[in-house]
Amino acid sequence: MTATLERLPLLVRDWITGFFPEPVRWLVSGLLAIVAILAVFGLYFAYLTLAERKFLGRFQNRPGPNRTGPFGLLQPFADAVKALTKEDIVPQAADKLLHFLAPCLVVAFGLISFAVIPFGRYLIPVDLDAAVLYFFAAGVSSELALFMAGWASHNKYSMISAMRALAQLISYELPLLLAVVPVIMLSGTLSTSKIVVAQGGWTFGIIPHWNVLTPWGFAGFFIFMIAAVAETNRSPFDLPEAESELIAGHLTEYSGFKYALFFMAEYFGMSALCGLGVTLFLGGWQAPIDILQVVPSYVWFMVKLSCVIFCLMWVRATLLRLRIDQLTRLAWKFLVPLGLINLGNAAFWHLSADWSGPLQIVRWAISAAVIVIPFVLIGRTLSSGLAPRTYRYAT
Amino acid sequence: MLGSGIIKGLAVTAKNFVGSFHDPERLPTVEYPEKRLTLPEAYRSFPFLVFDGENAIDGLRCVACKMCENECPPQCIYIIPERDEKGRPVKKPKVFDIDLSVCMGCQICVEVCPFDSIKMDQVFEVAATNRFEGLIAHREMLAKSNTYYHQIRPTEAAEVDTRLAEEKRLAEEKAKAAAAAKAAAAAKAAAAPKPVATTAPASATAPAAAPASPAKPAVAAPSPSPSSSSSAAAPMAAAPKPPATTP
Ligand code: SF4
Ligand code: SF4
Repeated sequence: MTATLERLPLLVRDWITGFFPEPVRWLVSGLLAIVAILAVFGLYFAYLTLAERKFLGRFQNRPGPNRTGPFGLLQPFADAVKALTKEDIVPQAADKLLHFLAPCLVVAFGLISFAVIPFGRYLIPVDLDAAVLYFFAAGVSSELALFMAGWASHNKYSMISAMRALAQLISYELPLLLAVVPVIMLSGTLSTSKIVVAQGGWTFGIIPHWNVLTPWGFAGFFIFMIAAVAETNRSPFDLPEAESELIAGHLTEYSGFKYALFFMAEYFGMSALCGLGVTLFLGGWQAPIDILQVVPSYVWFMVKLSCVIFCLMWVRATLLRLRIDQLTRLAWKFLVPLGLINLGNAAFWHLSADWSGPLQIVRWAISAAVIVIPFVLIGRTLSSGLAPRTYRYAT
Repeated sequence: MLGSGIIKGLAVTAKNFVGSFHDPERLPTVEYPEKRLTLPEAYRSFPFLVFDGENAIDGLRCVACKMCENECPPQCIYIIPERDEKGRPVKKPKVFDIDLSVCMGCQICVEVCPFDSIKMDQVFEVAATNRFEGLIAHREMLAKSNTYYHQIRPTEAAEVDTRLAEEKRLAEEKAKAAAAAKAAAAAKAAAAPKPVATTAPASATAPAAAPASPAKPAVAAPSPSPSSSSSAAAPMAAAPKPPATTP
């Protein structure tokens, strides 16, 4: 029963490809994976926007959208109809081709990163050996599309926003990669499916062997998530579309469905990065407890992904937008050093893998100290002189 | 430590999130068209005309004295007094319009009305499909019963009622005294046939007003002798509206 459920997507795929002659089956199965991703994540995106609005409402003591359909469940479709029926305005001075290309590319780049995420035990669209590398290559190109949008709009706000997006990208790409490297070091592979398999198993059947449950993994996850928020341009790092300063940033000159495409891309990018975070640190599709393995692995993946995204919404509801210098300072002076230290920490963890007995406790203590002490020290130096703030005129 | 402020902030929003599902304090939204807040008694929107009894138009307390029309700062009240066949004013408004698109809800008309006949309403849903005629409230629309007034502002309406009752009682006493005096005068004059002609018109105007508003004439009797005489004396002269003729 469990095995059937687990293999269900594969069985469906085989059943459908069975209708086609042998030579084109590989093509059909590839197309099927694309269709499945588009359908599942398209719908997921639609309801993510609704969930985000609902949750943000709750975080701010209001009910959120609830007029369209029961509990506002039809809201995404109403939004889609609205976006589709709006006039699509292209500024006269804009670079018409790039202006059109940017939203398409941004969605495309957002989508291709899904190709290497293992959604379940047998569910990975493309099982690449260098999957992590591919993921980052694909993810970074979406910033290229953002810059394209800003440049093609021929609008000073779009341009400034695009510059900011690039500055932000370059600043945060480094901590993002530095957070990922320890995982690769310890699992010894770049393949996402093998990284997940390496995190399998449970101590006493209840404590999973996920990377996040080690000192270096926890620090890595922490850095990864901060950098991921910045990479996806979400609050509190949503400088490229800071409404109060830049109208809508690179979206200023976009309207109608192209505008919606940017949003779609943002959510796809967020889902993909969170999916990678789940894969690398939270054990991917592995169940949290041994006996819960009866639930199919792809369900676990989606549950974890949704939890991580919920945390991002929570952060968005809580924090204020940073200034551009604060943003880059956080990356270069805080996250990058911590990431480098964490690299050493992971190396220590790797070398001390055969310590056992009481030495195990020593290993944990050293590893935790290596990351906590720099955190406190760097934090103290960074915030010295900044807090508590004194207000001379206000009381 | 770095980050402790963020954790505090996250705790606050988490409290909001969880609280919004079970604690009405943390979800104060009232979903308006379905649910409504009870308005505070002092809430006011636009003026309306109070009437007594059953018939909205006959029971209007307004005597078309035009004081509110003259005082209204944006000049959004428009009154034409009712006249009988002979062209004499009958202390009723024939037309009483308020342009709601101009009215600023200042309540000055309510303050100046000597007859407690115009009061502030609490209706705020006055959307109309036409912004010109649609937002002009006519006499029929403005007339609302005293019961309604009691519903929306019980305290104030009770005060007004006691005041009106007191005025009515005083007026009746005065009328009785006047009647007694008149009876005495009539008895005295009965000897001479001449003065009958002079008293006739005075008694003719009183019954004309009497059937129109049963509760009214007694109230109207004491104070408005100047106003009624002025409106009677200058019906033609009042036609071009003076900007403000403060008595
Ligand atoms: S409330 Fe003020 S503006 Fe409105 S009708 Fe009365 S006096 Fe005029
Ligand atoms: S002041 Fe009162 S009685 Fe006079 S016209 Fe206005 S509402 Fe009528």
